[in-house]
Amino acid sequence: MTRGSGPSVQGRGKGPVRALCEVLAYRKIGAYHSLTFVAPEMADRARPGHFVSIRVEGSGTLLRRPFSIFSVSRHGPWAGTVEVVFDVVGPGTAWLANRAKHDSVDLVGPLGRAFPLPQQPVSCLLVGGGYGAAPLLYLAQQLRQRSLRVDMIMGAATQERIFNAIEAKRLSATTIFTTEDGTLGTQGRVTDVMDKVMDAGGTGVVYACGPMPMLAEVSRLSAERKVPVQVAVEEAMACGVGVCWTCVVPYRYRGEVHNLRACVDGPVFNGARILWDEVGELHGAGAPPDAELLS
Amino acid sequence: MTALSRTPAATHLRPDQVDLSVQLGPLRLHNPILTASGCFASGQEIDRFFDVSALGAVVVKSLTLEPRLGLSTPRMAETPSGMLNAIGLQNPGIDRWMEEDLPWLRQHGVPTIASIAGRSVAEYRVLGERLRGVEGIVAIEANISCPNVEDRDIVFSCREASTRDAIHAVTRVSTVPVFAKLTPDVTDIAAIAEAARAAGAAGVSVINTLLGMAIDVETMRPRLAAVTGGLSGPAIKPVAIRAVHQIHRAMPDLPIIGMGGARTVEDVVEFVLAGATAVAVGTATFTNPLATSELVDDLPRWLAARGLPSLSRLRGAVRL
Repeated sequence: MTRGSGPSVQGRGKGPVRALCEVLAYRKIGAYHSLTFVAPEMADRARPGHFVSIRVEGSGTLLRRPFSIFSVSRHGPWAGTVEVVFDVVGPGTAWLANRAKHDSVDLVGPLGRAFPLPQQPVSCLLVGGGYGAAPLLYLAQQLRQRSLRVDMIMGAATQERIFNAIEAKRLSATTIFTTEDGTLGTQGRVTDVMDKVMDAGGTGVVYACGPMPMLAEVSRLSAERKVPVQVAVEEAMACGVGVCWTCVVPYRYRGEVHNLRACVDGPVFNGARILWDEVGELHGAGAPPDAELLS
Repeated sequence: MTALSRTPAATHLRPDQVDLSVQLGPLRLHNPILTASGCFASGQEIDRFFDVSALGAVVVKSLTLEPRLGLSTPRMAETPSGMLNAIGLQNPGIDRWMEEDLPWLRQHGVPTIASIAGRSVAEYRVLGERLRGVEGIVAIEANISCPNVEDRDIVFSCREASTRDAIHAVTRVSTVPVFAKLTPDVTDIAAIAEAARAAGAAGVSVINTLLGMAIDVETMRPRLAAVTGGLSGPAIKPVAIRAVHQIHRAMPDLPIIGMGGARTVEDVVEFVLAGATAVAVGTATFTNPLATSELVDDLPRWLAARGLPSLSRLRGAVRL
């Protein structure tokens, strides 16, 4: 293959760039994997809710994989780094989990629309499912910097799939864990405890990230209480940059339904405006989308 | 002509001495790298990465008469060295597109080829009429081969007669050259291309995606909500090269835009050797948003290193 002979960072003055990034660190966080990349331009431009898409190798793989940004450092000896968290669910993420310090990896980012931050001093509830909690921890830091109250509900199937419980506790006024098997916190789902937490914390805005059925329920419960809800969706995407139209989400806007692209119009959407019953994998004819290609 | 690799570089060329411009029928393009319809939206998204006016032309996502919401998700599945998609021609409709997207392309000096998709011969005529004399559009690509339609009978390019009817409906009203985008899912693609030419097409775009299907063996369900979809990517490149070759052998003077899995400079040259004048890049942009830009940069280097002052002398030069 002929390689582009251009510079190692390609892009324009603002917006996303494509860069060959050195791996600064690999670590395990519970059941999950984390990679930190030297990526100064991306670190400068990233905000919570943004994602990067990573070129993976492995048998037959063709497309990039999207990953929410978990943390960003703009300072220090490497001038800027971004960290992503992932689960091994296919050949692409298996390849990624085998990257070591100093390896070079092809990233595009930051991509997507970030979480909008509250304009008023409201109390914020962050609801995360599995490693969907990762971008919420990044968001929690920024909310805390603005002296906003943060409560968290973190759920998963079982204890080891709760992402970074210690960091969640450190960043929030109250933290509730839910596991479906009861191995940590309350047995059940995140939505079982939402009402109680919203009453206690006086929640003024809800942010959520996790599987689509969870986001549907979080959005419904928030909308019932007329509390604004911003969700970062997961939908299978091929390009991540707005040109393939595969990652669409049905969305009501000005009385009309639009299929909006999760990669450029999202991944963060007003959850109250998504037509959850029309979202493909919730009830569609097809199988669940490729887990690896989910945003 | 001897094989390129064995040709001693008679004259040393610098990349800036290579002439990348191509004559695509009546169209003069400053280079042969185009975007495949449906893989580049209308240019603005990728312009965040590089100046898209540097491309030979942007072929926009297919436009229909009415706005279309498209199909349900999952719309995409990755397959070995390829991908299936079933978008269902989601687009804002030709009128809104001309209001909202075309002005940007015009202001940025992007040579624009409008792709149109009708459900009937009459719709192709109306779409062609809408584009009459519209500033900034250098050609029309009539997409008569989208695989993601409810009714296979309206895949016009499956048959010679319907190809002729649909293309003629556009060419008789169009003020710009019309290219017919063809499906490879036919027995004799050269005969279809000949029907398009007889109906006044300035050239052909080959190939659209191949109709495919994939099943999740755990859930036992199709991996696309629409069940079937169009296969693209490196997996289909040999099919595309074959189609270009067959059409070029049958009609050596018919301009061909080659596409289907092109990603590298070598792929572009392979399409040209088979008979293409220009090459459109599709799925490669999904993997690398800068894929087309890199080809425009790398092509002159590749040609200069072999002492070739232009790409056009390689057209159809496959040694049989």
